[in-house]
Amino acid sequence: MTDLKHRILPTVQKPARYTGGEWGEIQKNLKDVRVRVAFCFPDTYEIGMSNLGMRILYGVMNGMDGVWCERVFAPWGDMEEAMRRNHLPLWALESQNPVADFDMIAFTIGYEMAYSNILNMLDLAGIPLHAKDRHELKNIVFAGGVCAFNPEPLAEFIDFFSLGEGEDITVEIVSLYDRAKAEGWSKDAFLHEAAKIPGVYVPSFYEHTYHSDGTLAAITPLEGAPETVTKRIVEDLDSAYFPVNMIVPSTEIVHDRANLEAFRGCIRGCRFCQAGFSCRPVRRKSPEVLYRQAVDTLQYTGNNEITVSSLSTSDYRGLKELTDALIPYCADHRINLSVPSLRADNFSRELMEKLQTVRKSGLTFAPEAGTQRLRDVINKNLTEDEILNTCAQAFSGGWNNVKLYFMLGLPTETDEDVLGIAELVYKIIQAWKENAVNKKRGLRIHVATAYFVPKPHTPFQWEKQITPQEYLRRCKLLKSHFYSKSIEYDYHSPDLSRLEAVFARGDRRLGPVIENAVKNGARLDGWDEYFNYAKWYDAFRQCGIDESFYTTRGFGEDEILPWDTIDVGVTKPFLKRERKRAYEGVVTPDCRHGCSGCGANRLLKEVACDA
Amino acid sequence: MPRALFEKTGNAIYISHLDLMRLFQRAFQRSGLPLTHTQGFNPRPSVSIALPLSLGVESGCELLDFDLAGDKISNEEIRARLNGALIAGVRVLRVYDNGQKIKNLSLLESVVTLEYDSGIPENAQQQIAALFARERLVVEKKGKNGITEQDLIPMLRRISVGQAGEKELALHVLACCQNPTLNPMQLSAAIGKYLPDLTPDFVRCRRVEIYDINEEVFR
Repeated sequence: MTDLKHRILPTVQKPARYTGGEWGEIQKNLKDVRVRVAFCFPDTYEIGMSNLGMRILYGVMNGMDGVWCERVFAPWGDMEEAMRRNHLPLWALESQNPVADFDMIAFTIGYEMAYSNILNMLDLAGIPLHAKDRHELKNIVFAGGVCAFNPEPLAEFIDFFSLGEGEDITVEIVSLYDRAKAEGWSKDAFLHEAAKIPGVYVPSFYEHTYHSDGTLAAITPLEGAPETVTKRIVEDLDSAYFPVNMIVPSTEIVHDRANLEAFRGCIRGCRFCQAGFSCRPVRRKSPEVLYRQAVDTLQYTGNNEITVSSLSTSDYRGLKELTDALIPYCADHRINLSVPSLRADNFSRELMEKLQTVRKSGLTFAPEAGTQRLRDVINKNLTEDEILNTCAQAFSGGWNNVKLYFMLGLPTETDEDVLGIAELVYKIIQAWKENAVNKKRGLRIHVATAYFVPKPHTPFQWEKQITPQEYLRRCKLLKSHFYSKSIEYDYHSPDLSRLEAVFARGDRRLGPVIENAVKNGARLDGWDEYFNYAKWYDAFRQCGIDESFYTTRGFGEDEILPWDTIDVGVTKPFLKRERKRAYEGVVTPDCRHGCSGCGANRLLKEVACDA
Repeated sequence: MPRALFEKTGNAIYISHLDLMRLFQRAFQRSGLPLTHTQGFNPRPSVSIALPLSLGVESGCELLDFDLAGDKISNEEIRARLNGALIAGVRVLRVYDNGQKIKNLSLLESVVTLEYDSGIPENAQQQIAALFARERLVVEKKGKNGITEQDLIPMLRRISVGQAGEKELALHVLACCQNPTLNPMQLSAAIGKYLPDLTPDFVRCRRVEIYDINEEVFR
């Protein structure tokens, strides 16, 4: 007789997401395993398997003796419904065992809109949502990823957070657990020891109190916990673990290709960008190591596409050396090499042409703001001339496709800045008319605007978000100035970005909101098919919380911020300085033209910042 | 072009046709067996699989046509290398040259197993046998152009009903698989429609063998 799970599988969409058994999956004999880790990605398989961080830590943990790390993803709605109807608890892919059987339950969180999935996954696993309701060492829940840089909205659900890059700290945490389990420690004893590992933040060891106006009055460390917890980094990327024997999904995922990481950190300092500040300092990998890892990964996986990723790949010093070696290898093996995140400089233009020998994809720019004034405010060092020159060159080379990304609602933005977007677009159309070699095919310009979300650990962390009504007014204003048939304009609905703003800068009082929203049915919020603001709206009302406290209020520079306990390297005085420069319209040159003193180099002991 | 006979079992039955093509392309690459590519604007590796298999159906008789670039490698070596690069559930049984033309593939032998959790209903075997002995048996078929009706009888060469276990009946079927195509799962749809009391709790299906029009094994 076919068991329940295998009766359900043929009835759901893309069942291969739930079975495991892919090329490169790690199986272990339970007899040799002392610590079982369920590594949960709070979104679907296609998203989670596209995440390089998860693949790295999967390899790191499975490289440990006596440890078996398995993968768990959020089920799609049809599967969740079948699981609930049949009382089938959430399982891990490798062993197909229930998540509740595991010692440690780890989440990697890269996006605020995944918070509902975390709670929903715990619920599907039959594990109590609240840390205080989990009394045993078993089923301890911890989390990392960029969202851990403001972990407070999740404080009541997660036992501890692991801050920063996980290669080393994860080994320390899991080794400690191994010992704790062998010696029969209590959960409390384990948390006290874990808190001594640099980079581990145990939220229950901190008390948050509030003023009557709702702002934080104090964050008090309890039980000898440190005042601040500093994120961890890997200093030498060349010797750091990299998973060349990556899992190859048997079903299509979002980024269905091999992935190389050229360097970490960013020299640019765009003032709205969380990654740009929180991933500092800059550490590079040598082109020789990258080339070796590229070849090994391609041979192991059989992928026919590889991408070189980083926050700004043109800033990678070894780019020429790396691509000079990789391009011929890829050509010989019919492998598509993609190098996204290139800037519009000369070398990058040449490189783009070389890469286009296989396929002509479109050009993409992210000027983020429509006028030079506002681009200076946000420190986006991309000039109109650079954009127009690159476009002109591309049009004369036969390209007919341009994508442009902007934000609306940036600090100091006026209607003039909004209309500056339209002006820029018309200049690009003009450049096409003057340079296009084949006008018959027509020009397509895709313009998209996003709703600015102020993020923690950036110079804009204190900023207001404009109201959704104002955002929509600006979108409509812009739209009314687009009358060419070549322009396709998309603007994101404000609801999602508004919610993102609430949770990005949220505090502990939002825990019940997430819990209520999940009870109201919120899940898979990153998906249009599922996102429904009404469920969140109801949750805010049920908890007596006003979203605007976190969005349109703006935070005072003297206010205690919920994430003040977390040290990501860049200092608060630096962020304040950068904010002041933003208001003065003064750009800060990139780190290669002089160190701006962000403070992140404090994290380095063995090497210097490679900015 | 060489051809591979392979089976698809276990959890691999949940891999879709398109995903399976991609899986093979990567397995060739991993085995150091470079595929030739199609000509044209978007060159594709030359692999093709006959008779796309529905999700959830097992098979012991799948055919994969492919074309290798570079020096000739023995068929046995290709089989061994591929099996070293494939996942559990997908296994190459044989690699050979000079396969028959796919258009001459016309009959498919399958086993459709009907699972009855509370035991096989009384007289089920006889009633189902009688159902498939009718002159006409029309069921609905979901296609690209919406729902159409399909008479199963003209496409059935042979069908028998037997007991496969205490709680299972098995339909052994030989039916057309190209122009027109009978999806063996339609047989259980017919039971559900005409004999609703005999609707099984679960149905599973396995492709057993393929034949040409003269019922000679097709390779």
